[in-house]
Amino acid sequence: MIWRVFCALLLAAPAAATLRVDITSGVEAPMPIAVPAFATAAVMPTPAGTTADLGRQVATIISGNLTGTGLFRAVDPAAFPAPAVAQVTAPAFLGMRTAAAQALVTGSVTANADGTLTIGCYLYDVFSEEELVRQGFTVTPAGWRRAAHKCSDLVYSRLTGESGYFDSRIVYVAESGPRTKRVKRLAIMDQDGANHRFLTSGQSLVLMPRFSPVDETITYMSFAGDRPRVWLYNIGTGRQEAVGNFDTMSFAARFSPDGRTLLFSVTRSGNADIFAYDIASRRTTRLTNSNAIDTSPSFSPDGRKIVFESDRGGSQQLYVMNADGSGAQRISFGSGRAASPVWSPRGDLIAFTRMDGGKFRIAVVRPDGSGERLLTDSWQDEGPSWSPNGRVILFSRTERAGRSTLRSIDLTGRSDRRIPTPLEASDPAWGPLLR
Amino acid sequence: MSTKTLPILLIAGALALSACARNKESLPPPPPQAAPALPPAPIDQPGTVPPQEPVQTTTLPGSQADFVRAAGSDTVLFAFDSYSIDETARQILGAQASWLGQYSNVRVTVEGHTDERGTREYNLALGERRANAAKNFLAAQGVDASRISVISYGKERPAADGSNEDAWAQNRRAVTILVSGAR
Repeated sequence: MIWRVFCALLLAAPAAATLRVDITSGVEAPMPIAVPAFATAAVMPTPAGTTADLGRQVATIISGNLTGTGLFRAVDPAAFPAPAVAQVTAPAFLGMRTAAAQALVTGSVTANADGTLTIGCYLYDVFSEEELVRQGFTVTPAGWRRAAHKCSDLVYSRLTGESGYFDSRIVYVAESGPRTKRVKRLAIMDQDGANHRFLTSGQSLVLMPRFSPVDETITYMSFAGDRPRVWLYNIGTGRQEAVGNFDTMSFAARFSPDGRTLLFSVTRSGNADIFAYDIASRRTTRLTNSNAIDTSPSFSPDGRKIVFESDRGGSQQLYVMNADGSGAQRISFGSGRAASPVWSPRGDLIAFTRMDGGKFRIAVVRPDGSGERLLTDSWQDEGPSWSPNGRVILFSRTERAGRSTLRSIDLTGRSDRRIPTPLEASDPAWGPLLR
Repeated sequence: MSTKTLPILLIAGALALSACARNKESLPPPPPQAAPALPPAPIDQPGTVPPQEPVQTTTLPGSQADFVRAAGSDTVLFAFDSYSIDETARQILGAQASWLGQYSNVRVTVEGHTDERGTREYNLALGERRANAAKNFLAAQGVDASRISVISYGKERPAADGSNEDAWAQNRRAVTILVSGAR
């Protein structure tokens, strides 16, 4: 027995060091990973389908989540038999190695007597035969997809050392109709496009929704009643509230990291300045007072700094100031204009829209203005929004005289992919990880 | 009809019938039908509808159409990323102002718009700058500023659909809309 433990440790130690995906520099070759259909001890009917069906679908979701990062490559499930329940805790590693998988995600689906489902999630290092992590997730049948996302987050986190982002939602603006009479509606969906629903009817023009990082609240801009201004919208209760009592336009709102403050712009006689709004007391503080367009404010994750854009120097550029509005310093200096900055939740980078040479591209820069990198190359990419872990950026892409779609790109500039939406789409905002 | 006349009528009828019987034998055969018989006369003549009486839309004084006609346009255009009022815009706004001088109880909204070549937030602010520039010009021509409200749609409501210089030029605009007609 002791001998076996010793052997396991001996094998595990180097394996733990090697089976790791470095997501900072980007990967040359994605890690091959096997995600066979999750097993079920007894095929049981549930409101979401049989446990066997769910086992297949859970595996498909996990595989889609992981390969979508660009860090992993799915090994063809046909290359090895799907495991039975007994093999979930004692996998047939030889077959996995033959199929050239380095990591194995496997698990089980169990229908419980109380009507809930438990999805067991297991991650193995195929070469060391070491179990890296195991966790069960109990969900209602209607919420089974969340268990698949939680399992994906667990695997991602164990293999990359970073927190995941799959169990999260996106709020965005769904677009329909001709461009001269566009109908825009708020819509929300899971990060993979599932569970899509519209939040507004399309009667009023709506723009730039953003999630609260702490609760079920969204802030957005609506033209309701021909009064373009910022609103708060609790998507749990449906309660809506206009923010502040400005007789001019307010727009470009974003929450502070603690969810207590909103930053946004208010226009006064053709100029836009940045204001802070304390949600509890409804008190407004003016932060900038320049003869310029100051907009797109975004807090640093520690709440001490604010990045924003301003044309005070002649053209749109990025500035960082203290949270009280003092000490503004320009941080963007490259060719062209820089706009719509948003601070990474990790604090290390600011994503923004770089306009140069007739193109709008998503870029990142360090908060001190160094290390600017362009991530995308298209006609019109704009409005970046960070994944909860600060590793992926959502944005909207408009083709020349064409469609608007949502896309995401890895921080390293890889894995540029479309997020499926039923209609055309813009202004995406990634919500926090669900609890 | 009295009962006395009935027998007389009956006799007359019998005489007539006998005459007919006799005539039938003595008459020559009918001529071959050279021309078709005339169709039976219709009960009603087919009707004709007189042309509709013409209706022409007429621009009433004090309307948006009257305003557009008098001022030349409800729209002024701007250069890229600019909100300065050029000579053409000056003339249009000047004419708008003099019309508004005639109708001193008309209130207007100036809508500011941009082309698509800017980010969403910036364009909302730029559209507002354009609307304000037009408002300030009208006010300088004597239109009471309290009669003029502004709204910016940024790049959300282009006048022309298209991703080319021509469409962009049409979309960089400020449009004066009458809120209430003249009384």
